[in-house]
Amino acid sequence: MFTEIIKGLGTTIKHMFEEPITIQYPEERKPVAKRFKGRHELKRYDNGLEKCIGCALCAAACPADAIFVQASENTDEQRFSPGERHASVYEINMLRCIFCGYCEDACPTQAIVLEHDYELAFFDRQSAIYTKKELLVPVPDGGKPTPQQVAPGSFNWSIPPMQDAE
Amino acid sequence: MGAEQKLGNMGVVTARLEDVINWGRTGAMWPMLFGLACCAIEMMASQTATHDSSRFGMELMRASPRQSDLMIVAGRVSRKMAPVLRRLYDQMPEPKWVLAMGDCASCSGVFNNYALVQGVDEVVPVDVYVAGCPPRPEALMNGFLTLHDKIRKEKIGKWS
Repeated sequence: MFTEIIKGLGTTIKHMFEEPITIQYPEERKPVAKRFKGRHELKRYDNGLEKCIGCALCAAACPADAIFVQASENTDEQRFSPGERHASVYEINMLRCIFCGYCEDACPTQAIVLEHDYELAFFDRQSAIYTKKELLVPVPDGGKPTPQQVAPGSFNWSIPPMQDAE
Repeated sequence: MGAEQKLGNMGVVTARLEDVINWGRTGAMWPMLFGLACCAIEMMASQTATHDSSRFGMELMRASPRQSDLMIVAGRVSRKMAPVLRRLYDQMPEPKWVLAMGDCASCSGVFNNYALVQGVDEVVPVDVYVAGCPPRPEALMNGFLTLHDKIRKEKIGKWS
């Protein structure tokens, strides 16, 4: 009987000298997978123009009806995105979104990308609705903030021949 | 924090009663074992050695509502389950908190149909909503920390 107890305690003692496997979460974080789908981001071109053209295909593809898009016309004095239209209102309800990535697949300009942020906790449901202010990425270096004033006729196409950073 | 700043080292620490009690409440908050659907798997994962939510004073899940402080609604709540949820909430002793984990508990997420309660805040008051489908264990722990922030700000007059 005693040999079994010693054998069992041997396992316990062996584990005492192992490295603890606990990830001390708020201080250290386990890196997420490369293709992890977290909070969305609305991307910009290198010159600062928004990629989103307000076509609302993401809202149509969304199985949870979490996305609301309202499009407005672009002018050359007030240009937000290449092409005719931009999203003047873009809202995602983070509590409805199931992070399936269908919006990412549906987007013709690769404007919406599910990034790696997963820390989404809210005190009320209203603050879970993310608008363009939270979703849009900051203007890249060398770009100008939107709305931009551009030369007439320079951005006629929704997907312009601009090279992206990626 | 208080008198020792004026009088020097007296060998004592003074604090406001509010802070001490809120600190105690954040430091030992035992959640109720109430997994309803797939989010419960991630809730179990947050109790494992890898994530170890006992670092936040959530030592173990209590199977009885009488012994728990926090109700983690992990999963979708069907209309049949809603009275049970309310009853369990009523059986919990004060102070008690509710954390709606995941999309289904928060606003029924992708399931917009007759069978499910469209958000548990129809039934019980919710303190923190955690988004995700299901949220990672880290996201749930971020919800715990958000709840701790809320509790630390609670005032003595609001205590029930």
